[in-house]
Parts: sequence; structure tokens; C-alpha cells
Amino acid sequence: MLGGIVFISVFKVDFGLAISSLKIKKILTKIGFTIWLVCILIYCIFPFYYAIISSFKEGAELFQVDYWVKHWHWTNYLAVFEQQPFGINIINSIIVSTLVVFISLLLSVTAAYALGRREFYGRKTLLMVVLGVSMFPQVAVLSGLFELIQWLGLYNHLGSLILSYLIFTVPFTVWVLTTFMQQLPLEIEEAAIMDGARPRHMIFNVFLPLLWPALVTTGLLAFIAAWNEFLFALTFTLSEHQRTVPVAIALISGASQHELPWGIIMAASVVVTVPLIVLVLIFQRKIVAGLTAGAVKG
Amino acid sequence: MSRISTGSWWQIVWLLLPVLVTLFAVAGWPLFRTIWFSFTDASLANLDHYTFVGLENYLVRYQNQWFGLLADSVWWNAVYNTLFFTVVSVAMETVLGVAIALTLHKTFPGRGWVRAAVLIPWAIPTIVSARMWSWMLHDQFGVINDLLILCGLISEPLAWTADPDLSMWAVILVDVWKTTPFMALLTLAALQMLPKELFEAAKVDGVSTIKTFWKVTLPLIAPGVMVAVVFRALDALRVFDLIYVLTANSTATMSMSVFARQQLVAFQLVGYGSAASTMLFMVIALCTVIFLYAGRHRFYQRF
Repeated sequence: MLGGIVFISVFKVDFGLAISSLKIKKILTKIGFTIWLVCILIYCIFPFYYAIISSFKEGAELFQVDYWVKHWHWTNYLAVFEQQPFGINIINSIIVSTLVVFISLLLSVTAAYALGRREFYGRKTLLMVVLGVSMFPQVAVLSGLFELIQWLGLYNHLGSLILSYLIFTVPFTVWVLTTFMQQLPLEIEEAAIMDGARPRHMIFNVFLPLLWPALVTTGLLAFIAAWNEFLFALTFTLSEHQRTVPVAIALISGASQHELPWGIIMAASVVVTVPLIVLVLIFQRKIVAGLTAGAVKG
Repeated sequence: MSRISTGSWWQIVWLLLPVLVTLFAVAGWPLFRTIWFSFTDASLANLDHYTFVGLENYLVRYQNQWFGLLADSVWWNAVYNTLFFTVVSVAMETVLGVAIALTLHKTFPGRGWVRAAVLIPWAIPTIVSARMWSWMLHDQFGVINDLLILCGLISEPLAWTADPDLSMWAVILVDVWKTTPFMALLTLAALQMLPKELFEAAKVDGVSTIKTFWKVTLPLIAPGVMVAVVFRALDALRVFDLIYVLTANSTATMSMSVFARQQLVAFQLVGYGSAASTMLFMVIALCTVIFLYAGRHRFYQRF
């Protein structure tokens, strides 16, 4: 009897202790998780936040570290556009990226149809080749491309960039569109073939309407890649007015190596990055889908 | 997945022709010319006049001394830097990326916002992130030095990008920051494909979270993570813009791509630069072939 009470009381105490320690453990885990989340957020956001703060600083303010904006100065933003043709650089980037995306989508739609919907000898080898080209180091084709561009008379001309960017956008668009094409059900084609549709009709009347979401995603990712490209843009253009945004930002310099106009550089960085971030946040889900389709290979 | 095999061979050729011609013009032919130039003494100022010099750009013995790329200590330094950069930064990105993916896989209030925030470094152009970080890492006015001094970790400012002992780590730091989101997203995609029942079963059986991760989660997401690792490694081997902007032509951080471009453009030595480009191409081609060969079963299953 007593033994039983002792047993129960011991059990109860033990049970109570177990609950409270479990609770404490749970709370601690929650606090730890929140701290970890805050760390991730700061790690991802702080560098860009700091660039924004710095872009509003003027003169000697830059030489002092601050964690928020004390005075709003727009002078850097004006200087970016006054001291160099930054507006033209932005237009250049828009022209080059848009045309590259348009051309590579147009070129790859028919190939993606053949690779994704038809069976033929050498299909897999061809897909491997496309994948291999997407891994090309750009510097490996630099001298050959330089010769080709000079021969075509495109040196220091936006055309040189449109041509050379196809080396990384085309394999990407072909690859992603092929995987998207494959996912569409077979019945789509059977009906069209019954009706005697030719490949041209099949692609442009049957598949293209179904592929719109894929085209938007692929196009957006190709656009970002073209917008960010640096090596070719640096090598194939010479004058300020032909530069794209990355080259313009990389080449902003001051009177000497030690007097870089950091406020202006940060303002330029913010100007070209904000639209990209907005685009990426709007198309978040689509981008993730496109990246996974593009990278989940072999 | 099945495919329709009707239609003539000519039809398929016509469908593929635009892409094949483009890839030949912008990839195949320039690559062939680069390899050809590597056997010549061409210079950038005049690409039409050159003479064939055989393997002299690679290795030549002249007055009892070895010359050429394979005897160039600056080149081997660039090779070492590239490999060091690739191994260290990809390893760090993988660990950090998997950790962030596991976090984002959980359900918690505001998850959408955190997921969006993680995408920000990925959305920022490499050149912009290089310049942002070189400002943050500035030796006199940089915020990183300020924070480290504030925390008492260092007593005086460090010259992150100028000090040869630190600059490679600065480059790796920025690269990890920029590319971890990519790793995290791909890992997250792999995590989301795993069946939920598996984890419920592990929970019911009372397997600890850590053990579940090592014994269940990791082996299952490993193939997906490996694809991302390969992709990133091949990308890291050709690194150019980040290093070019962050530390210019400093030998402490010079990668193979930076070396090749310096020879080609700054020194106008198309022959020698092409030899370096060709070597880089061979290294990456070899890695690609090995990876594709290793993954061929999955490739054939999928297509």
C-alpha cells in the first residue's frame, strides 16, 4: 500500500519533471531556431542593405561606418548618370539581353521539339553535346570568337555580344525546353497527327501555346545570365558607349586606385540590382522550377 | 515517356539545323581556332599574320632551360589557385546550402519571406556583388573590419583584398555568399520530393533528428545534391569576373581564366593565351566527361 503510494508519487514527480524538461527543451529549440533564421536573413540581406546605405552618403560620411541612413543624399545617383553614359549602358544591356533571349528561344523551340518529342538515332548523344557546350569555359573560345567577330566587323559593337552570348543561352534554352516538352502527354500529338498536321504547325499551333509558362521561365533565366555576363562584354567592346552595365560598373574608377568613388559605385549597383530583385521575387516559384529543370541532369 | 517515331530523317535534320549551325558558329569553330592558335605565335594586334610554332607555347627547351606554359610557375600557381578555390568554396557552399535547405523545409511563420530573402544574393549580378563586397571589405572604411573590431575578434583593420594571405579567402567568402542560394534551392527541391511517410515512420520509431538526417535524409537527397555540386564545381573551375573585380591581376588569387585572358588581351599574346585556354578547356572537358559517364545511367533513364 505505502509502497504503492511511494511508487505513484515517484512516478508523478518523475513525470512532471519529464514534462517540464521537455518544455524547456522545446522552448530552447525554438529560440535557437529563431536565432538561426535571423542569422540567415542578415547574411543574405545585409550586404545589399549596406550598399543602399552607402549609396546615400556623401563626401566624408563614407569614411565612417553607419548601420542606417542618417542623411539622404541623392548626389551619387545623379553623378552616376552625369559622369558617364550610364543610361546608354543600361539601354545597351536591355537591347543585348532581350535580343539574345528572343533569338535563343526562337532557335531552340524547333530543336527542343525534335529532341523531346521525336525518336531518332543519335538523340541522346546530341543532348549530351548540348549539355557539354553549356559547361564550356568562356575563355576557351575567346581568341577564336575574337577572330570571328573581327572578321564579321562586329568588334566594339553590340552585335558581337548578341552573337557570343548565344554560346551559353542556346544550350540552356534547348535543355530546359526539351525537359518541359517531354512532360507533355503524348495524346496532344496523336490528335494533331491524325489531322495531318506538319511539324511546323505542330510546334507553333499545338505546342507553343502549351509552352508559354516554360518560355517565360527559361527566357527570364537566360535574360539574367545575359544581363550579368562580363568576360565577353569586357573583351569585345572598347568605347564607353558600347559597354553593358556590368562592364560599366566594374570600370568606374577615381583619380587613383585608392580613391574609388564608392558612393557612385554603390548607387550604380543599386540602380541595376533593384529591378532584378523585384523580377526574381515576382517570378520566385517559376525561377525555382526552371533552375531545377535545368540542373537536374543525367 | 514515349515518343513518336514517325517523320522522315530530313524533317528532323531541318528541325535541328538552326541550333546545330548556331552552336557550330559560336562554340565549335571558335574552339577549333583557339586550339589552332595555341600552336602559333599569333598576336592580338594582327591576327592574320602568324607562323606555326608547334608545341613551343606549351613546352620548349631553349639554351638548356625549359620554357612554355608547362614550365611557367605563374601558370601552375593559377592552376593551384583555381583548384583550391573550387574545392574550398564548393565544399562550404554545399554544407551551408544543405543547412539552409533543411531550415526552409520546415514549416514556420514567415517561411515565404525567408525563402525570398535567400534568393537575393543569387539575383545580384556577380560584378555588383564583387564591388559591394570589396567596399564592405575595404581596409580602412570597411564594415567587416568595423564589425570584427566591435566584437573584439581583431585589434586592427585587415587588408582583406590586398593581403596575399587573406585575398583568396575574401574571394571564397564572396563566392560562397553569392552561390549558396543556388545550392539551397536545388537541395530544397530534392527534399520536397522525399515521401513524408518516411519521416513520420522514423519519428514513430523514436529515431533522433540527427540520426534521421544522417541515415535517412542525407542518403536520399545525395544524388540531387551531387548534381548541384558537379554543376557548381564545373562553374567554379572557370571563375573569372569575381576574381578580376575583387583582386584584379594579383597573383595570389589569379585563376586559370584570369591568367588566360591576361595573356590574350593585356599582353596580346594570342598564341600563349590560347595554349592556356586550351589547357583549361581540357581540364573542364575531362571533368565533364567523367561526371557525364558516372551519371550516364540516370541520364539514359531520363531521356
